[in-house]
Amino acid sequence: MISGLHIAAKDLREEMRTKQMLNSMIVFSLLVIVIFSIAFEDIISSSNMVSMIAPGALWITFIFAGSLGLSRSFAAELENGCLEGLKLCPVERSEIYIGKVIAGIVLMFFVELVTVPIFSVLFNYPIDGLFSLMVIIVLGTIGFVVVGTLLSALTVNTRTREVLLPVLLLPLVIPVIIPSVLATARVLTGGGIVDVLQEIRLLVVYDVVFFIVAYLVFEHILQD
Amino acid sequence: MDDIILASNVSRSFGNVQALKGLDLAVRRGEFLVILGPNGAGKTTLIKILSTLSRPSGGSVMIDGMDATTDAVQIRQMIGVLSHDSYLYNDLTAEENLRFFGKMYGLADDVLERRIDELLEKVELFHRAGDRVGTLSRGMKQRLSIARALIHNPSILLLDEPYTGLDQHAAQTFEKVLLELDPSKTTRVMISHNIERSLRSCDRVVIMVRGKVVYDSPRSDIGSVEELKETYIALVDGERDA
Amino acid sequence: MSDGQRNTRILSIVTGVAMLVAMGMLFFYLPQMKGESGQLLDNSFNIFYFHLPIALVAYLAFTVVFLSSAQFLRSGEHRWDVLSASSAQIGVIFAFLVLITGSIWANATWGWYWIWEPRLTTSLALFLVYLAYLLMRQAVDEPEARARLSAVFGIVGFLSVPLSFLSIRLWRSAHPLMFGDATYGGAGGGLEGTSLQLTLVMNFIAFVLLYATLLMYRVHNEQIQEKINTKKRSME
Repeated sequence: MISGLHIAAKDLREEMRTKQMLNSMIVFSLLVIVIFSIAFEDIISSSNMVSMIAPGALWITFIFAGSLGLSRSFAAELENGCLEGLKLCPVERSEIYIGKVIAGIVLMFFVELVTVPIFSVLFNYPIDGLFSLMVIIVLGTIGFVVVGTLLSALTVNTRTREVLLPVLLLPLVIPVIIPSVLATARVLTGGGIVDVLQEIRLLVVYDVVFFIVAYLVFEHILQD
Repeated sequence: MDDIILASNVSRSFGNVQALKGLDLAVRRGEFLVILGPNGAGKTTLIKILSTLSRPSGGSVMIDGMDATTDAVQIRQMIGVLSHDSYLYNDLTAEENLRFFGKMYGLADDVLERRIDELLEKVELFHRAGDRVGTLSRGMKQRLSIARALIHNPSILLLDEPYTGLDQHAAQTFEKVLLELDPSKTTRVMISHNIERSLRSCDRVVIMVRGKVVYDSPRSDIGSVEELKETYIALVDGERDA
Repeated sequence: MSDGQRNTRILSIVTGVAMLVAMGMLFFYLPQMKGESGQLLDNSFNIFYFHLPIALVAYLAFTVVFLSSAQFLRSGEHRWDVLSASSAQIGVIFAFLVLITGSIWANATWGWYWIWEPRLTTSLALFLVYLAYLLMRQAVDEPEARARLSAVFGIVGFLSVPLSFLSIRLWRSAHPLMFGDATYGGAGGGLEGTSLQLTLVMNFIAFVLLYATLLMYRVHNEQIQEKINTKKRSME
């Protein structure tokens, strides 16, 4: 676990120095939101319709931006053969996984922190139930990154990794997207945390199950 | 004899290509072994297996009495690898790179800080400690990667063609650092193309062709560089015709 | 002719017979369906006798992928990889047929080709997961890495299926159900007569046999490919 934290700290330190990924993810998610708000301009202007597409639009934005970040998660380690250097360290392979998951989650939180207010403005959409919304976003993000990081490692040595990652990732995160969108919709239309307990339970189950499985199988991915 | 590395009947195939075919190799503690061989002889595969990055398809590898497939984590603790890749993060400073790897090898903070200063001094990069690796010249990166490989005082140092792409200065620094290592503590295994340079420092020479050891001799039994070169060419050509 | 070949041949003959019997029962043995008021219903319901067995076989095929993937990671034996790859290829075809038969049936019954019904939607998710599995196999050249990586995906992908089902059910219950209970369960509720059950069982047996036959051929093909590669290697 400690080594995992060192790896996460290393990743975030690198990122904070260049802000390469962070900036592109944020700009990209802004663009997605802008395009959504242009494409659905008529719907957004009628206040009872906007709540039907806003939650979906928000999560699509997160997932697109997140896929960008995930595709770099392991690919960044290819420069100077760093991945090999990391594999030579006397730690279990799963530590590398934990480190990458933590760094990935933190990075996505930053993006979401910037995206949500802008989304609220462009969609003319007041954000109520901020606490419940945060819970859902945190759980959904964890599930997404837990699976995404595993697949990022899985695809890192393939020729077509940039394309392959989303193709592999999206079918697997259907169980994250659906409850997240449902719960977000309910919270944004005035529901409290008790109204979304079912969705939250499903997200927690997903997060836990996939974290454990990924943790167990990860060593097989980084073999040579 | 105390063999720190003991590889017996090691084979390794990638799909249809057999990189190693029943290779046997024993390296004594403190020895400086040089492995020569043409491209495709399986030298890099061997280093990968010795450093636990790759698993052998057959045979066994024991490092200091531990099995390379089951005790990989403990083995990695005592191995340092220097390859043509620098394994350095461009966006971190020289110091931060060493600190990260030091922590990964479980070094205590105070020991680590002293070790970083000592190594930066040794590879003559103390004045660039706070600069991002991306801004260093290629030679400097190579020197820093020597420091990285030595950060945890490895008892085995595996060197995969370390001279490739090194400028004169880096090569000299590197050779100096390599020879300063205490043989009672560090065993060195080096892959090289450079016969002259290897002969200058090693204790023993092994030649690999097509996944097997075809020549194995202590340095003291080898007369001159020319003699070894002739043997090498004869062996490589002989195997090719076979 | 080797034992393996003879077995394959026998199995394919048995499968052929079973398929014919199942087909025959469908057309000649089943009584005509009557509605409540006694009018003759059209035969569109008969596709159910394909649809359900095909769906079950798809699930079976993916369970085999999951189990043999796990076996591969445990043992590293090449044959488990051959088995997962073969079973996944067949499974994807069956999953696709589930979607097709489901759509045809949905159109005949409700006039829509697609309904976002939990089971049908889960089949779609399943189809997409294993389509991704096949794409991933294609993207890795080195056989050993391909076996390892796809085994990991085979395991993770399989686990996502029950969760997909749960989340899709949650999603459907969040929207008014267009057809109430009259989705699959309701229509299948009439399966009481012996002749209907027998037909269904026979179809199920026929499709499982079909899966087994296809799997044997597929695995056999892979083995031949292997032999060719070995020969090629020895000639180099």
